[in-house]
Amino acid sequence: MNFKLKIWRQKDAKSQGAFETYEVKNISADTSFLEMLDILNNDLVHAGKEPVAFDHDCREGICGMCSLHINGHAHGPAQAVTTCQMYMRKFKDGSTITIEPWRSAAFPVIKDLVVNRGAYDEILQAGGFVSVRTNSVPDGNAIPIPKKDADESMDAAACVGCGACAATCKNGSAMLFVAARVSSLAKLPQGRVEGARRAKAMVAKMDELGFGNCTNTGACQAECPKQISIAHIARLNREFLAAKLQD
Amino acid sequence: MSCFLCNSSLGKKLVMSVTGCCLVLFLLFHMAMNLVALINPAGYNTICALLGANWYAVVATVGLAALVVLHFMYALILTVNNYRARGSQRYAVTANEPGVEWASKNMLVLGVIVILGLLLHLVHFWSKMMLVELMGAEGTMVAGEFVHATDGATLVAFTFSKWYNVVLYLVWLTALWFHLNHGVWSMFQTVGWANDVWYPRLKCASKVVSTLVILGFAAVIVGFFVMSICGCGVEVCTDACCAGHNHAH
Repeated sequence: MNFKLKIWRQKDAKSQGAFETYEVKNISADTSFLEMLDILNNDLVHAGKEPVAFDHDCREGICGMCSLHINGHAHGPAQAVTTCQMYMRKFKDGSTITIEPWRSAAFPVIKDLVVNRGAYDEILQAGGFVSVRTNSVPDGNAIPIPKKDADESMDAAACVGCGACAATCKNGSAMLFVAARVSSLAKLPQGRVEGARRAKAMVAKMDELGFGNCTNTGACQAECPKQISIAHIARLNREFLAAKLQD
Repeated sequence: MSCFLCNSSLGKKLVMSVTGCCLVLFLLFHMAMNLVALINPAGYNTICALLGANWYAVVATVGLAALVVLHFMYALILTVNNYRARGSQRYAVTANEPGVEWASKNMLVLGVIVILGLLLHLVHFWSKMMLVELMGAEGTMVAGEFVHATDGATLVAFTFSKWYNVVLYLVWLTALWFHLNHGVWSMFQTVGWANDVWYPRLKCASKVVSTLVILGFAAVIVGFFVMSICGCGVEVCTDACCAGHNHAH
């Protein structure tokens, strides 16, 4: 397969970026999107040019490191997968593919397609953890948890923190990410005890970092590679408002 | 507690949700009230007299105005925040995500249309009814005829005998329909009363409520326009004037 790639190139955070067009040829349909970029970079290096910088790590859809806004979709047009798990057969042979970095005030571009997603780490540090002693696995297994709660918690815990939600949101809101973290812990007894503090601290940090407000549009859940539902946002709203009303 | 309503994103959204809910309830009441004008103009004028410059009606009007102002001011603040959060650099290519309502991305624009319609509506009715009474007058001259301040039926008949008013009000109602379509289920989501089981139900209820509100209002507008074309509007109106006048005094 052959493709024309329109890729955002930006020297560093302070420089003005622009699109540049490249061509890749003889790409197998079973090449992953990131492998296709590797092939392009290989060509660029051989031609003595600067390769395209992009984030990646595990390449098996669980680390949340890859990003990329491809043809108008976070993680590309494929449903429920991260960019690394999307294959070139998803695209039409000979088509032009536009590749952009995440665009959100809280995710500044570092270089080319790489953005700084440290804001999500800061939100996590504000309260996305359990600070009580939960002991080891046998202790955890000794607490009966309804299957429904465990499933809901696990659905939320599937969040890999890739940033697709805020990158897709027309308001640059991180609500789906924060909701997933708050929800996954709120549904388990170990996390429940600090639920109020967690919801308040994480929302406060999210606001402080300049993320936008949720307008219940739902673009985030449509683009989320882990298909996290906005029902978790409803739970976050519930947790936060209940905590505030108890203050 | 008071400050989280001003300085936290979720607190601000709570204000939007609660004020929005009150305004939807008001719309349902107003729509039901208007339908009376179609069924019994004299009865409608009785309601107009009840809701004239009486203290409870004035208090309620001030309350409603406060709700509209709060809802709109918070919408502006939230939209400015959102605009900033999106950043200066935008995507060159965007796509429509599946399951995303068009209205949810255009609530401010729709809201502005609703507010403009509201201003026109206040000029058409409120300024000739409650305001006139508050100023201590009996009524106003409308198109060369004296109309009593509680004679809502005549004002309705007069206003909707003009085709351009009918068009403007229908545009206004269309914007309101889209606004409510997203707004009604959204206010439940914002306070956290929603989940995957309830989304289809809430969205269905949202469509039912917004359609009922709009159909109710449109029935009166179109009804009076048709009556004015058929020439029966004037008679109905004259009867109503007398009935309303007698009842009010």
